[in-house]
Parts: sequence; C-alpha cells; structure tokens
Amino acid sequence: MSDHAYLATRKGLFELTRNADLWQLGARHFLGDPVSMLLADGRDGSLYVALHLGHFGPKLHCRRAGSHDWTELAVPAFPAKPADSEDPLEWKVQQIWSLAAGGNDQPGVLWAGTLPGGLFRSDDYGLSWQLVEALWQVPERAQWMGGGYDVPGIHSICVDPRDSNAVLVGISCGGVWLTTDGGASWQLRAEGMRADYMPPELAEVQALQDPHRIVRCAAEPDKLWCQHHNGIWRSLDNGAHWQEIRPAQVSNFGFVTAVHPLDGETAWFVPASADSQRIPPQAALAVTRTTDGGHSFSAWRGGLPQQHCYDLVYRHGLAVSADGRLLLMASTTGGVWLSEDGGGQWQTIATHLPPVYAVSFA
Amino acid sequence: MAQLIFTQQLARFLAVPTLETSAGVLRAALEQAFAGQPRLRSYVLDEQGHLRANVVIFIDGQRSRERQLLDDVLRADSKVYILQALSGG
Repeated sequence: MSDHAYLATRKGLFELTRNADLWQLGARHFLGDPVSMLLADGRDGSLYVALHLGHFGPKLHCRRAGSHDWTELAVPAFPAKPADSEDPLEWKVQQIWSLAAGGNDQPGVLWAGTLPGGLFRSDDYGLSWQLVEALWQVPERAQWMGGGYDVPGIHSICVDPRDSNAVLVGISCGGVWLTTDGGASWQLRAEGMRADYMPPELAEVQALQDPHRIVRCAAEPDKLWCQHHNGIWRSLDNGAHWQEIRPAQVSNFGFVTAVHPLDGETAWFVPASADSQRIPPQAALAVTRTTDGGHSFSAWRGGLPQQHCYDLVYRHGLAVSADGRLLLMASTTGGVWLSEDGGGQWQTIATHLPPVYAVSFA
Repeated sequence: MAQLIFTQQLARFLAVPTLETSAGVLRAALEQAFAGQPRLRSYVLDEQGHLRANVVIFIDGQRSRERQLLDDVLRADSKVYILQALSGG
C-alpha cells in the first residue's frame, strides 16, 4: 500500500507521508511558487514538477529517485507561428496542464499537455520536447475553444498499457482524440458525448465536447470514464463510443473522476451543484462511487465537511492508489482528505492549505 | 559600458550577475546575457522571443514599450533594469 503522496498547490509542492497509522504533511518544495502539475513516474521513481510562475512563465523541474536535489529541465515550447497562419491563438505555452509517463517499454518518454492545447513529447526524460504537430494541425482545432481558461487545454493523457504508441487525450474544449501510431495521426473519439452549452445543432459535434477529465482503467484499458461538463460518460471500447450515465445521485456536474486501477466497473466522482453554481450540493461535500459500471452509485460523506463547505475538487484533485484502496482528494480552497477504505470514510489532512491543483500517490 | 541589472527574484532559480555590455540595442544586450546563462532566456522571453507578459524593462528610467523587437537603443552608460511586473502577482 502507498505510504507517500504529493500535493501540487498554488504555493508550492507538499509531501504527504504515512507514519504508522497517521498521514502527515512533510517536506515542502518551491514554497510560494504555483505548481500547476506533477508526475510521479512509477517507472523509475522520478518526480516531475511543473511550475507556473506568474512573471517568468512555465518551468519544469525533476527530482530523480534517491536524490534530494531538483534539476531544471526544458519546457515544452511551440515553434514559430507561420506568417500566413490564420490561427488567432498565440503559439506560446501558458501552462503545463497535464503530464504523463510513456509506456514501460519507452523509458524516458514523457507526454505534456498545455494551455493552449498543445501536446508535447519528450524522448529523453524531459531534457527536450517536441510539439506533436499532427494533433496541433488537425483541421478541427479551429473549433476548439477555452473551457475553464481563455484558451483550449489538454488535461488528460491516457497511455494504453497494451501499446505505448496508443495515447488518448482529453481537451477542454476540443473533445477526445486518439493516436495509435505514437502521435503521427489522430482521430476523434468523442462519439456519444453531448454539449448542452452549444446550440442544439452543434451539441453532438465531437470537437466541441468538454470532457473535464478522462481516466483509463489500468487492468481493463478499454474501459474509460469521463466527467464531462454535461454529465458522466463511460466507454467500453477505448473511446470509440461513449454512453451517458444518468444515475439518481447527488449531481452529475463536477470536474474530476478516478477509476479503480484493477476494476474498470468502479469509479469515483466529486459532485458540484451545477456549472452555474460551482460548490458542493447543499454546501456538503460528498464523494460518489459506482462499483457496477454506473448502474448505481453510493454517496460517501463520512469524515467530509457537511456544513458550509464550498470546496471544489478540480480536474486533477482526486487520486487513487495502485491497489484501489487509498484515495486522496484536495480542493481549490485548500482542503485535503484521505480515505483508506476506497472512499467510505475520510480523514482530514488539512483545511487551509493553498488551493490544490493536483494530487498523486508516489 | 551599459549595465544590465536583473531582478534578484530570479536568484531563486539561477545566478543572474549584473552584466556590462557594449551592445547598442536592447536585444543584443540581452543575447549577451543569455550567452552567459542560457537558462535565463526562458525566464525573460517566451518561445517566440517576445518579452514575457509580466516582465518589464526600464532603460535609463523609461519603461521600454517595444516588447517584441526589443530594439531600444542603448547609450554607452545606460542602466537597464529587467524586473518582474506587478501585473504578474
């Protein structure tokens, strides 16, 4: 069972360690600096941390396994925009919004998703990065739009454990895209999703979908879960088709989902009231869980604040351990909770940390 | 020689000694600084070579307004301050 975790916050990186039966906050790094994303690379124990410096731009640092020292790495960067381009976007990385490790057979391969919606690949442990041009050049990118930020962004990168060249990404707002050739070509994979925020005639356009977060089951890789702007969807065929889940639960709106690494039928969500009121329903925090593929859900509240709670759990604010037993959750208002029984009961780790952008078990 | 003086807020990330330069234009002076400290470039400029949105440069007490070409002329005794703009937080 995991005994170590990380929190990427607006004011630095925090480590969380289990000592005997007690989880405690420990070492702090980059104190005062916004940490937009982190990656604990299970292949070699490296920890990658993306900074979002208000003055000096995005930065990337790495701490290798066994080391106490941080090394600054290269940052993904766009090439020069062609003079005749009609793209209204500035080709400048504003923020690293997602990081993912390549497959086990691709040591040194890393993926980074950015705002605006560029996907970048490194083949050398982050020493250099290349824009995945084929995705950046898809004609449908002209339809992409901001979702949560002024510009589109890639927040979910799901590498297929069966084939490292197969990678599925989620874009707010730009739909779901899959490559099966390492990024050389891409196809839309958002059939079945629905965008109620668009005019009716555009609601089913795949490149306009806003999947807030997409996760893949490690043991059953064809099973994907998505917390979408307009509800919950799942796919049983690696994103070829998506089915909406309409449970009678707290709310279908939210930002985050996590899937059990060993059981693709089990997934967790953290509901918010609605896109027009982004707080927990009735100002009481709940985690919902399905264990039957979305046919039924349970709402778990034990240990979570049930009065005057306005914590929002954002896209990367919920993590599950490799065995599916531990859950770590953190909010935009600095609440942190941990469950050791798959979400049934929660213990409070902190109530006034900086806003938390991402959490991960080591 | 003109002087380039970088905000010491950068010292948390990398060494930024004051630079004396004979360059007659701002961009050429910055390039000299980057040649001595390559990592400094991405802190001051974005990947398109433009001044970062929340970095500001003052030359002899005047705020530099040209943020893409960086073609301000420097005098032999100019003092150039490269600072964090408070718009960045």
